[in-house]
Amino acid sequence: MHISIDSNRCIGSAQCAVTVPAVFEQDEDGLSTVIAGREDGAGQPLVREAARACPVQAITLTETDRT
Amino acid sequence: MPDTLDAPITLADGTDDAPAYPIKRRCPYHMPPGYEELRDKSPISRVTLWNGRVAWLVTGNEVGRRLFPDQRLSSDVLDPRFPLLAPRIEAQRQQAAAPPLVGVDDPVHARQRRMVLPSFGIRQVNALRPVIQRYADELLDKMLAKDPGTTVDLLTEYALPMPSAVICTLLGVPYEDHHYFDERSRHVLSSSGPEQAAQAQQAFTEILTYLDNLISRKQDEPGDTLLDELISRQLEEGKVDRHELAMLATVLLVSGHETTSNMIALSTMALLAHPEQLQALRADESLMPRAVDELMRYASIGDMLMRVAKEDIEIEGHLIKAGDGVILSTMLMNRDPESFERPDELDIHRQAGRHVGFGYGIHQCIGQNLARAEMEIALATLLRRVPTLRLAVPADQIGVNAPFVLQGVTELPVTW
Repeated sequence: MHISIDSNRCIGSAQCAVTVPAVFEQDEDGLSTVIAGREDGAGQPLVREAARACPVQAITLTETDRT
Repeated sequence: MPDTLDAPITLADGTDDAPAYPIKRRCPYHMPPGYEELRDKSPISRVTLWNGRVAWLVTGNEVGRRLFPDQRLSSDVLDPRFPLLAPRIEAQRQQAAAPPLVGVDDPVHARQRRMVLPSFGIRQVNALRPVIQRYADELLDKMLAKDPGTTVDLLTEYALPMPSAVICTLLGVPYEDHHYFDERSRHVLSSSGPEQAAQAQQAFTEILTYLDNLISRKQDEPGDTLLDELISRQLEEGKVDRHELAMLATVLLVSGHETTSNMIALSTMALLAHPEQLQALRADESLMPRAVDELMRYASIGDMLMRVAKEDIEIEGHLIKAGDGVILSTMLMNRDPESFERPDELDIHRQAGRHVGFGYGIHQCIGQNLARAEMEIALATLLRRVPTLRLAVPADQIGVNAPFVLQGVTELPVTW
């Protein structure tokens, strides 16, 4: 899995960072980012829920081939 | 053929097909009469507003979550087709400019939101927690200095001054002026008295004037609050004009008052009516964050969020035409049995994450993390420090706000 955030779309509601603080955080502008190195979701079970909770659907999860 | 809102455009008093709306709650946190019928109908139905206009009412959680982010639905309150819930709101619209954030669409909305966003981030809110805790304790110190058995209005002694002090601190408004805003904010968002329209309008103008003067004072003597930052980074760089900045500060100040205070009052009332859940919270404060979201879902104090369609939208067999009014009922979305089991029951152990109590889409509450922190601290501190807290009058004698404003109680007499 690969997580990306469309920062043009992000409204800084922080729903993702509240749901999965191990993967998402807020930058200085109050916008959400994926913590460096955690773009694969770091095995966190609630990543999908965080993407769903985003009020502006700014989070995209792309399935990657398992190797 | 999709269902449309075609003629008759207006109806006199509502019909079975389009009942009169909004409906006054009898209990401040239960669904008002008529909501079960609306919920049973379909995820989208129609209602008749005070002026006879028929509008769409969105009641289904899934459909609402699809419509909230839809850019064809506009928050532009200056659009003459924007649906209004009461004559007093019609009067408020006579203002020259739309209220920042809440009454505008992107890109204006996005620019305004990004100006203030950093101050409402999780880290910034967490840094404020000790301040919130101190305000909560100070207010309770004052309240508990009175004799046990005394009746106090929890709304004016605790639920309102606490968020008021916090938003004043965050914005940089001198706290000694907070009484001035407490009262006026209440008029803007919740007044339902006879001269409500004029009162709400005047209160808004007075707050605006005060903040405009405060901006001048701060230009002479800068500090380090949100308002100071907006002055130095936005106003003086020419990114925002003075009127817009004063309006923005007014919207933040007003929104930071009434919303959280109504939730603290209603949460207290709802928990007192569910003693076993109240006991569970007292015994384990780590349940509080989840409980706060559940209380947001359950009380849905900002029930009606209005939009106007700028283009045709086909959804669920209905055709919302350009110019149609759309009302999203957060209470009905939050009590949709498809999304929540036993939706009419308060259950603080529930995962209520899918609620739309803070709205959804680009306008979702900018202060939601601050509001959560305030509610968590206000409720935990109250329950901890006042173990014998109880209502001083029967719950059904407590006045409920008018249906077209933010939901809450007119006062909350308690004793201990």
